[in-house]
Amino acid sequence: MRLTQGTFSFLPDLSDAQIGAQIEYCLEQGWAVSIEYTDDPHPRNTYWEMFGMPMFDLRDAAGVMQEVSACRRTFPNHYVKVNAFDATRGVESLRLSFIVARPQEEPGFSLIREEGPGRQMRYTLRS
Amino acid sequence: MNAVSESRPQALDLEAAFRESHVAEVLDKLGSELVGLTPVKSRIRDICALLLVETLRRRVGLSTQAPSLHMSFTGNPGTGKTTVAWRMAEILHRLGYVRKGHLVAVTRDDLVGQYIGHTAPKTREVLKRAMGGVLFIDEAYYLYRPENERDYGQEAIEILLQEMENHRDDLVVILAGYKDRMDRFFGSNPGLSSRMAHHIDFPDYTPAELLDIAQLMLRQMQYTLSAEALAALREYIERRRSLPSFANARSIRNALDRARLRQASRLFGQRGSALCANDLVTLEAADIRASRVFGEVEREAQA
Repeated sequence: MRLTQGTFSFLPDLSDAQIGAQIEYCLEQGWAVSIEYTDDPHPRNTYWEMFGMPMFDLRDAAGVMQEVSACRRTFPNHYVKVNAFDATRGVESLRLSFIVARPQEEPGFSLIREEGPGRQMRYTLRS
Repeated sequence: MNAVSESRPQALDLEAAFRESHVAEVLDKLGSELVGLTPVKSRIRDICALLLVETLRRRVGLSTQAPSLHMSFTGNPGTGKTTVAWRMAEILHRLGYVRKGHLVAVTRDDLVGQYIGHTAPKTREVLKRAMGGVLFIDEAYYLYRPENERDYGQEAIEILLQEMENHRDDLVVILAGYKDRMDRFFGSNPGLSSRMAHHIDFPDYTPAELLDIAQLMLRQMQYTLSAEALAALREYIERRRSLPSFANARSIRNALDRARLRQASRLFGQRGSALCANDLVTLEAADIRASRVFGEVEREAQA
């Protein structure tokens, strides 16, 4: 099942040129770009593992693209996303976040049924 | 082959390409803001011409590999290496050889780490910041310390070399430093030397040029020299040049700053009397002659 999380996730996968253009836009806005990866894309798993430090003071997307491809090489079967953090006072949060790499086979989620107290049934998702 | 013969009738206008790039403004600015440095300026003009022709060649579809643009600037302190590097970044940007045209100026501290495994990420981070622009490494020879074979500088050089090769169209590296030490540095790192497409040597300024520089600086600071002060400054430059630790334009700037200080305290000393605007902008001979340079040379003559 195709994971739909973050911006652009209902579109077909972005090409490298398109990813570069998005990053270029982020850098123009003065946002700090960072890369994260995970093998557990559960919607509640907010904090993915960081791949290197967030990149501050960059001017050109080439540096980020280099890291993106390094991350894809290191984790060929993980989800990889690019985050753009806006440090403006009063915002101080992610402005843009999109997936740039997926595993070959996306297992999707499965429903787990669990018995609670008093024969109550509880359901949860597992990625 | 076909592509070339087809497009040949279409006239190629080098002049138009030159005007389009607006590089002339930067060159003019370079000419007017920087006194002297004739060999440097003509070399930069050559590079501009080469890049313009390359651009045209690419437009016609002739094969051009991305030219290697890494440079080394050598020269004594205060000869304008950093200033020219800023202009160079602007020129390369206007000609479309770097995408952003910013300059990241670093020294050894910014590239070399403090413990094992610290250098590579640090250097890579600097390189990432410089992408799309120019990386200016001042006093590059400090990267290589032959006396300590476990020095991490060598690692930084290796990463630098690798990135210079792999990201030729993303990054231009300019190494700068004093002539003799840079020569020794390149001598022990031949790989680095051969990847530098342009070696530009900055000559020392002549006394006349230094005087021009002084007057240019004073104009920018909105000061003028009285006639005697001009003579004193001329004499000062002569003497300062013969002293050790002479740093060309930088020494002149420092001398002028100190003269301003003395002028201010002289004006403050006579604060009882009336001042006019002219007093505030004029440096007198006494402000310059109070410099220790005049004392020192005489002391040396006596000894």
